Amino acid sequence: MSNKKPETGAFWARDHTRHPPALTPTYKTSVLRSPQKALLSLDGTLSEITGPVFNPSILGELDNDLIHNYAAPGESAIGERIIVHGRVVDERGKGVSGALLEFWQANAGGRYRHKKETYLAAIDPNFGGCGRTITDEDGYYRFRTVRPGAYPWPNGVNDWRPAHIHFSVFGHGFSQRLITQMYFDGDPMIWSCPIVKTIPDKAAIEQLIAALDMNNTIPMDARAYKFDIVLRGRRSTLFENRLEGN
Amino acid sequence: MAQSLGILKESASQTAGPYVHIGLLPNFVDIKGVYESDLGSAMVNEQTKGERITICGKVFDGAGAPLRDALIEIWQADSQGFYNSHSELRGTADPNFTGWGRQPTHMESGEFRFETIKPGRVPYKDGRLMAPHISFWIVARGINIGLHTRMYFGDEEQANSEDPLLARIEHRVRVSTLIASREGNNYGFDIYLQGDRETVFLDI
Ligand SMILES: [Fe+3]
Repeated sequence: MSNKKPETGAFWARDHTRHPPALTPTYKTSVLRSPQKALLSLDGTLSEITGPVFNPSILGELDNDLIHNYAAPGESAIGERIIVHGRVVDERGKGVSGALLEFWQANAGGRYRHKKETYLAAIDPNFGGCGRTITDEDGYYRFRTVRPGAYPWPNGVNDWRPAHIHFSVFGHGFSQRLITQMYFDGDPMIWSCPIVKTIPDKAAIEQLIAALDMNNTIPMDARAYKFDIVLRGRRSTLFENRLEGN
Repeated sequence: MAQSLGILKESASQTAGPYVHIGLLPNFVDIKGVYESDLGSAMVNEQTKGERITICGKVFDGAGAPLRDALIEIWQADSQGFYNSHSELRGTADPNFTGWGRQPTHMESGEFRFETIKPGRVPYKDGRLMAPHISFWIVARGINIGLHTRMYFGDEEQANSEDPLLARIEHRVRVSTLIASREGNNYGFDIYLQGDRETVFLDI
C-alpha cells in the first residue's frame, strides 16, 4: 500500500485529561456503564502496536457518497450538500496512510434509520446514513453527504444533540482505535450538549469542530467542511532494542 | 522559553451512541445494499489454519443487566502467533486470517459470539512468551471512551501463570476476570463494566 517503512514503536501514553472520564453523571447512561476501578497501564506489546490492515479494494464506488449510496437510481438524499475532507495524522503530525474511516449520521431532518429511533422527523427514503473510506498515503480523505439535522434525545427533558457526524477510525495499531464525533463551526447547540460536555477540556472540544472551507467547495453543488483527526503518536524504535528485565 | 515540541493532541473520544450499528454493522440493522456484508463478521474460512473455537459472552452494566446495544471488536494473532499487520516484522501471518472481528451484542439476549481460531503465543518485549490471548475493544452508548481488555484461555494454566500482563494485576482475585472458561470448543467470556466482578480494563 505504501513504501513507507512500517513502524514498530509503542504508542505514547494517552492524555486522559483531554478525553471524557468514564463517569459523567450529566450524561446519564454513563452512570452504570463506567468502570470504577483504575485501568491497568502497560506499555504497548506487539498485541497493541499491530492492527488490522484494510485494503482499498474492499470499498465500493459509492461508499464515500452518502447522497447516493442508499438512493434509488436517479434519486439523491435531501438536504444541504456538503463535502467533508481532511487528514488523519498522529500526534507527531505524520499522515496516517491506509486508515479506515467509517462514518454515520442522522438525515437532514435529524432522523436516524434505526428501529430504536423514535424521533418524529421524517425518514428520507434515499438516505441510509453510513459511509466509509480509506486514507491515501499522506493520510487524506474526503466524502460527500448532506448536513445532518439536530435531534432531541432522552437524557434531560429538553436535551438536543448539535448537528454531528460519528467517526470510527483505525490507525496502524489496535490501541489507536478511536470513535469520535465531528461538529459544525458556528452551531450554538454544541456548548449545551451533555455528550460534548463530557470532554473536560475546551481546546479538545474545539478540535472536534470542523471549519467551513469555502476553498474546497464545489461551486453550484456542495460546500465543504475540513475535519482533521489526530491519533496517538508512537515512539521511534531508535535506541529501544534494549531488553527489559522484569 | 524553549522551542516547542510541535506535538499535536489526540482527538477526544466521544461515545459511539445508540446507533453505532448504522455505521459499523449496517446489514445487522437492515440497512441493506450499501455494503455487501458487514466488515469483520466472518473471521475464518475453510483454509484458515488453527483450532476452530467460538467465544460467547455478555457485557453487564453496574445493575447486572446485559448491554443489548454494544459493539465488540477483537484482534488476535494467527495460530502460529503472527499478527496480520504491517508492523509484524517477525514473519508472515496466515493469509486466510486477518485476526480482526467485529460483532454486536444481540438486541434481545445481549450475547455476543465470535467464530475464530485459538491464537498462538506472542513474545513480550523482553522475548518471553505471553500466554495466548485475544484483545477486546468495547464501545456502546454510555461508554465515553472505548474499553480495552484481553481474554485469556482457561485451559492454558501454565502459560497464564507466566504471563507478564496477568502478573501485573495487583489484586490477584481480579485475574480471573480476564480468563475464559472452556466447554468443548466454546469459551465463555463475560465482561462486567462495574461492581465486585469488574473486568480489568487496560490503558495500553
Ligand atoms: Fe448521533
